[in-house]
Formats: sequence, C-alpha cells, structure tokens
Amino acid sequence: MKNQAHGLSDKTSDIVLVVLTGLILLVVAYPIYYVLIASISNPYDVYAGKTFLLPSDVSLRGYQAVFADPKIFTGYMNSIKYTVIGTIFSVTMLYITAYPLAQRDLPGRKLLSIFFILTMYFGGGLVPTYLVVKETGLIDNMWALFLPGGVGVGNMIIVRNYFQNSIPHELIEASEIDGCSKLGTFFKVVIPLSMPILAVMVVFSMVAYWNDWFTALIYLTGAEKAPLPLVLRNVLIKSSASASQASTISGGYAELNKVTEMIKFSSIIVAAAPMLVIYPFVQKYFEKGFMAGAVKG
Amino acid sequence: MQEATVRRKKPLGQAIADNWQLYVLLLIPVVLTFVYKYIPMYGIQIAFRDYKAQRGIWGSKWVGFEWFERFFTAPTCARMIKNTILLSFYSLLWSFPIPIILSLAINQLRFPRYKRVVQTVLYAPHFISTMVICGMIRIFLSPTGGLVNLLFGTSIDFMTESTAFRTIYIASGIWQDAGWGCIIYLATLANVDTSLYEAAKVDGASVFQRIRNIDLPALLPMAILNLIMAAGSLMNVGFEKVWLLQTDLNKATSDVIAVYVYQQGIENAKYSYSTAVGLFNTAVNLILLFVVNKIASKASDVEFV
Repeated sequence: MKNQAHGLSDKTSDIVLVVLTGLILLVVAYPIYYVLIASISNPYDVYAGKTFLLPSDVSLRGYQAVFADPKIFTGYMNSIKYTVIGTIFSVTMLYITAYPLAQRDLPGRKLLSIFFILTMYFGGGLVPTYLVVKETGLIDNMWALFLPGGVGVGNMIIVRNYFQNSIPHELIEASEIDGCSKLGTFFKVVIPLSMPILAVMVVFSMVAYWNDWFTALIYLTGAEKAPLPLVLRNVLIKSSASASQASTISGGYAELNKVTEMIKFSSIIVAAAPMLVIYPFVQKYFEKGFMAGAVKG
Repeated sequence: MQEATVRRKKPLGQAIADNWQLYVLLLIPVVLTFVYKYIPMYGIQIAFRDYKAQRGIWGSKWVGFEWFERFFTAPTCARMIKNTILLSFYSLLWSFPIPIILSLAINQLRFPRYKRVVQTVLYAPHFISTMVICGMIRIFLSPTGGLVNLLFGTSIDFMTESTAFRTIYIASGIWQDAGWGCIIYLATLANVDTSLYEAAKVDGASVFQRIRNIDLPALLPMAILNLIMAAGSLMNVGFEKVWLLQTDLNKATSDVIAVYVYQQGIENAKYSYSTAVGLFNTAVNLILLFVVNKIASKASDVEFV
C-alpha cells in the first residue's frame, strides 16, 4: 500500500477522499432521510418498499395524529420545560464551579478539584443514589432530573480550562485594579468573554435534557410527568397504540394500525428535529471548545 | 477542606478572606455533590447489609458477602458477565479505530465547504435520543416492511435473533457516534504545525505519506488516552440501549449486568442485592482502569521517550 500511495498525486487523493467521505456521508444521512420521507408517505407504500428515494402519496396525517395525541403533546411540553429549566440550572452550576477552580491562587483549589473529579471515576451506583434521592423527597419531583446530576464534571473541566487558557489574564487583572470584586470580574469580564464555550455548553445541556428518559424512568413515577422520549417508548419500543388514539380514529382496526405506523415515523422526526436544527449553529465552536478544554491549565 | 489549608501559613487566612465570594459560588455545587455523589458512596454498604427501609442503612442487619454469593450462584451470572465483557470488548474493537481513520480522512479534505457539510452530517446522529435511535433500529429491522429486509428481499426478524444482537448494537453505535468521536482528533490535528505539511510537500510526500508520518503520530497520544479510558470502562455497558433492544428471544447475548442491576434494584426493589451486583461491576472496572493505566504508561514510556 505504501508503494502504491507513493505515486498518487494530490488530485487523485482528493478524488479518493471525496468519494470515500461522500459514501460515509450517505450511510449516515440516509436513515434519517428515509424516516423523513416515510413520515409523510402512505404507510402501505412504505411497507411495500416504494419510498426508498422519494415519498409517495404525501400527507401530513402522521404529524396530525402525533400532535392530536394528548400523551405525546404533554410529553412534548414536559420536555420543553425540563430542557429549559435543566439547561439554565446545569450551565449555572458549570460556571459557578469552573470559575473559582480556574483561579490558580485560590486556597484549597486542588482539594476542591479532586472533590469534584473523583465523582467521575467512582459513584454510589443506581440504588444508593436512588435511596438518597428518595430520602431528599425528590421522587416524582421534577428536580430529581436536575439536582442528582449536580455538576457535570467533564464539561466543568472544559469550561475551567477555557477560563484559564482563553481569557487574557491582563483583562482580569485590569478589572481587579479598577476595583471590581472577584464576582464583579466574573460577571463583567469572564462571562462576556466566554460566549463560545457558553454556547457549546448550553447546546450540550439542552441535548442531554431533551434526550434523557432514564432519569425520568427511575424518579418520575407519574405518567403525566413523563418527558417525550419516555412517552415515545410506548410508540416505538412497545409498539402499542394508545387508547386515546383509538377513540379519535374512525375506520376500525386497520385504519388504526396504519396511523400507528405513521405515528412511529413522524414521532421520530418530531422528537429528533429540535436538536438537529440547533447544533449546527454552534458547531464551529465544538472543536475550539474541545481544544481549549483538552489543554491542561 | 478550607480548614486544612488555613493551618499552613499566615497569608492564607488573608487569601481565603479575599476569595470569600468564590467560596460562596462553590457552596451549592459542593453541597449537591456531597449529597448526591458522596452520600450514595457511603450508602454502598447496604451491599453488605440486609437493607430494610424501616430500619435505614445503619439499622439494617449486617450480612457480609451473602448478596455477592447469591449473585455468583445465580443461573444467569456467568452469562451476564460474559455478555457484558464481550459486548463491550467488540464495541471497543470497532468503535475505537473508526473515528481515528475518519478524522484522518476529513482532515485532509481541501474543500472547506464540503468538509463542513461532512462534519455537520456526521455529528447529527449524536444529537438523537437513544430512545429514538432504538425506535429507528426496530423499525428498520422489522420483518414486515422494515428497510433492511426490503433492501435485501428477506423477512428476517432480527430482534429475536440472539446472534444478531451484538452486530445491531455495535453497528448502530458506530453510526451514531463515530462522527462525534472525530471531534477530539480533529481538534488535535488542527494543532499540527502546517509548515510540516509544506516541508513534506517539497519532499514530494503523497497525502497518504503525510497522514502516516505527520498526522498519525500527532494523534497517537490522544488515541492512547482514549483507549485507556475505554478499556477502563470495559464493564460499563450502558443500560439504556441494551434495555431498549432487548427482547425475550435475544437474551442469550443481550442479558448484561447493567440491565440486571436496574431490574433487581428499581423494578423488584431488591436494594441490597442490586447494590452488591453494581458494586461488583464497579470494582472490576476500577481494577481494569488501574491495570490498563499501568500498562499504557509503561508502553508509552518506551514509545514516546
């Protein structure tokens, strides 16, 4: 292989690389594309294999059924609520932990860092954590989704390193000379200068809360509190049509079956779309953020 | 913690006073971490007790290794340990090299706009919930009208085949996260001194020689670090995906410890037993992490110095 490669010009290798990455691109994108076109096609055509490339018999009935289902709608609203509150909470926690730990002259900094980092490698496990959550009265309480997660240590280290490496020390000193307190510097200098990493952390956090269902499965016992992915478990994994659907659909079991299948595809799109639309906006910061975070301060 | 540092020398008292606002900021994170991370660690002792809710952790009877014995003599114990290790090992085998190769290829793309499209698309599946991914897997693999069976003209019910489980789990894992796994490598490659490429070009090196002689060595430390982390969590098979892809008929390969811990602990409320099984899993993981770390630091001494 070495010898073959030796003779390749840049142009040839460009072609090879573009074709190769192009194929990978197709493999990754096609399943999502297929779900998208299947969600607006007639389910019988989907099942007959007539929708590999283009939709057939286009309609939005799957989406209508998804939003007409009260359980899915409640789940959607719950997920929005959990994502907004959870993101504000988690990013605040990240920042108020990372900023003090980024101060090299903070007494006790090392011990405090170890205190947080240790939890990355060792934890109490499922049941002991569950029992503490129960003791603190959070079962069936929304805060069970946020508080036990506490500080996301991996992300906190990235933010801390960003504070240390990417914010010019002179600016912080200048602000302190101007009479700003540590807290004042944090709000007036550090936060405004950390927008790229803030954007990345907000998106990471949103994605985590939007997609989470395991925490809710364990701690939220009331069905009316379930977030969207947990509601979709009945549709996607257990494949059961909800009673509420059955009552809203005229045309008997065959029609119900058909709608159930349509709902599968459209609910996937409905659940995945928000995050897929958001992340490209901060994509350019991903690498920068990781780079600043990977360098040890 | 602060007290420990106060004892050292005088100016420290002043330093602590100067930084009081920072300690206030840390108050909530420290309390939350203590309550929800450290108290559960203390609670692990219920693995050695017969935990009864009325008696609490301290009042429950001490039973030593009874729960561990019960686990090791359970009929499915060997199967679960084997499945956990194999699933994890095969995942690592496939999902470790692919992001490296992928990022080497992406890094050499000379068309910025195309490069960005490739990255955007490859990152996309990472942002989809495991629940949705598993829903897609089940739809695609359905024996009637599933995409895979339609494409191959077959009607295999993959979800009930225990021989297919690992392939499904690993292939979908690669589809979802191989692109995202590139980020850290792409960030590393972006740091490579471009004058090296220029020099290599002058010397007439092809793209593949540049990859082999410049890019690959630049990635090696990060790759080894990732390998250590991955090998150290060999027993850490995630609960979510296995649980969602498990059916009664594929349990011969899909029965793993994490699912068992959940079922025994949360579904059956066998708190002590579940904690013991989880602790066994964690202990094996920690041992693996130490061993791999030792080996890697020895190996890297030879390689890098």
